[in-house]
Amino acid sequence: MTKDTMQIVREQDVVPFRNRVRELATKIGMSLVNQTKLITAASELVRNMLKYASGGKITLEVISKTGQSGIRLTFADNGPGIENIPQAMQDGFSTGRSLGLGLPGAKRLVNEFDIKSVVGQGTTVTVTHWKNGR
Amino acid sequence: MNTKQTAQLLKKQKKTILESWMKHQLADEALRDDLISNDDLRRQSEELLNGIITATEKGNFDNVYSSEYDLVNDVLNDISITRARQGFSPREVTMYVLSLKQAIIEVMIKEHKDQPELLFTEIQMTNKLLDNLSILTFETYLKGREEVILRQTDEINEISTPVIRVWDGILALPIIGTLDSQRTQIVMENLLQEIVNTGSNIAILDISGVPAVDSLVAQHLIKTVSATRLMGAECIISGIRAEIAQTIVHLGIDLSSIKTKASLASALQLAFTMLSLEVKKKNTGNIQNSRLIR
Amino acid sequence: MDRIPILKMGPFLLVTIQVDLYDRLALSLENDLINMVSKTGARGVLIDISAVNIVDSFMGRILGNIASMSRIMDAETVVVGMQPAVAITLVELGLTLQGVHTALNVEKGMDLLYDKSDLLTDEQNNQEDTEEPDDYND
Repeated sequence: MTKDTMQIVREQDVVPFRNRVRELATKIGMSLVNQTKLITAASELVRNMLKYASGGKITLEVISKTGQSGIRLTFADNGPGIENIPQAMQDGFSTGRSLGLGLPGAKRLVNEFDIKSVVGQGTTVTVTHWKNGR
Repeated sequence: MNTKQTAQLLKKQKKTILESWMKHQLADEALRDDLISNDDLRRQSEELLNGIITATEKGNFDNVYSSEYDLVNDVLNDISITRARQGFSPREVTMYVLSLKQAIIEVMIKEHKDQPELLFTEIQMTNKLLDNLSILTFETYLKGREEVILRQTDEINEISTPVIRVWDGILALPIIGTLDSQRTQIVMENLLQEIVNTGSNIAILDISGVPAVDSLVAQHLIKTVSATRLMGAECIISGIRAEIAQTIVHLGIDLSSIKTKASLASALQLAFTMLSLEVKKKNTGNIQNSRLIR
Repeated sequence: MDRIPILKMGPFLLVTIQVDLYDRLALSLENDLINMVSKTGARGVLIDISAVNIVDSFMGRILGNIASMSRIMDAETVVVGMQPAVAITLVELGLTLQGVHTALNVEKGMDLLYDKSDLLTDEQNNQEDTEEPDDYND
């Protein structure tokens, strides 16, 4: 399957990254609303990565399961890690000065969401969104 | 005990097995000659039997998920999916595979009736293999049916969310059936797109046809209203029956931020007021005439 | 550095966002807009986002900030032309843009601003004909 990686080091990388996701989503025929949800979630996650870990690596994949295709994005950083994941997944919780919607909001926008973090080593977030959004 | 020997036996007796299998199938009351012709049935059966013989050639009677069974899986997939679509019953689909078991065992009995121990192991092996295959068949059959259901759900969703233009600037959307997240998504997309297309300021969501409102459905309604507001239009929810009002309060759902009305008529009235429109009875000539006479 | 142009239309300021905003551009828009409100004494701000495909929580916060800051300076903010897909996504994200007025298009947004800021439109000045307001969230 198609696999691609992108390095994110500064905020100017965000827009090209979003365009790349849109390209992939259009290629597999994802509907506009599902595209928008996926890209918005991706935008939240890449923003987190820049803010808390000053960047990282994103893997973009086109995957398929029982005849249905989808997009999987993996955000890996070497930042400080998250001490308390359940707390970070709560609406309105933020250690920075933001709305605290990033992680929980991104989770609501995609079909599958997985977060792993080791304090002092980094965080990996994997999101999957299927073509028809289910 | 040599499983390859059994495989050899199958290969050698292929013709007999096929004939006996066909006989069993044709004799079965459940034969659907209205759905499939005998020629097609024979061709399918031969293809499947060939697949099984090739798969067992190396003596593998156990693992139907190994690569040797790929061909068998393909044939079975094909058979059960087409049969699911053609309207075969689950019993008919499973019996098709299970009747092969009988045919194979008959051949084994004939060949090895003087070696009961060997016969016993062979029958056990055949049982296990054919049971596994019929489970596979049934799984794919169900998948085929699920696909049919999924397609129908999509169609129902598509046709069951009409957006009606009831007045210049007022849209109505009657929701019939349960609101799940999939459905909400479609309702929202249709409604918001129609708001853009018509430039409407007010949308009325009528839930008279929604059987029950629990906290999840309420959440979906609130989402739809919020999205409508983000677009710059207002949303009224109408058709709230007494029992729905009761459950909403008992569940502690807060709908205070949403404009709600009991009937579509009163929602329309509210919409008129919001648009500063006045609808009144026309003073017809008749009335004036009657006044004159009086 | 790129800047988003801000147009003055009578008592109001008009901004049309035509590109996907990266953070610094959004922050400079917030800054420029608030300075313009203060300098011109504008009574309203109209932001057209009909060409914007993605609004994430950062962008949502900028819009909310602009509205709150303008309100302190007695100017109302209307966001117009949000795409359906963006609206659905924002609701799912949990962002409802509290304190920001919304309208379907620039025309309706202008009407709403006149209504909110108690100014009469030219049309109303001529012939006391009340236009329909677009926003009823009070």
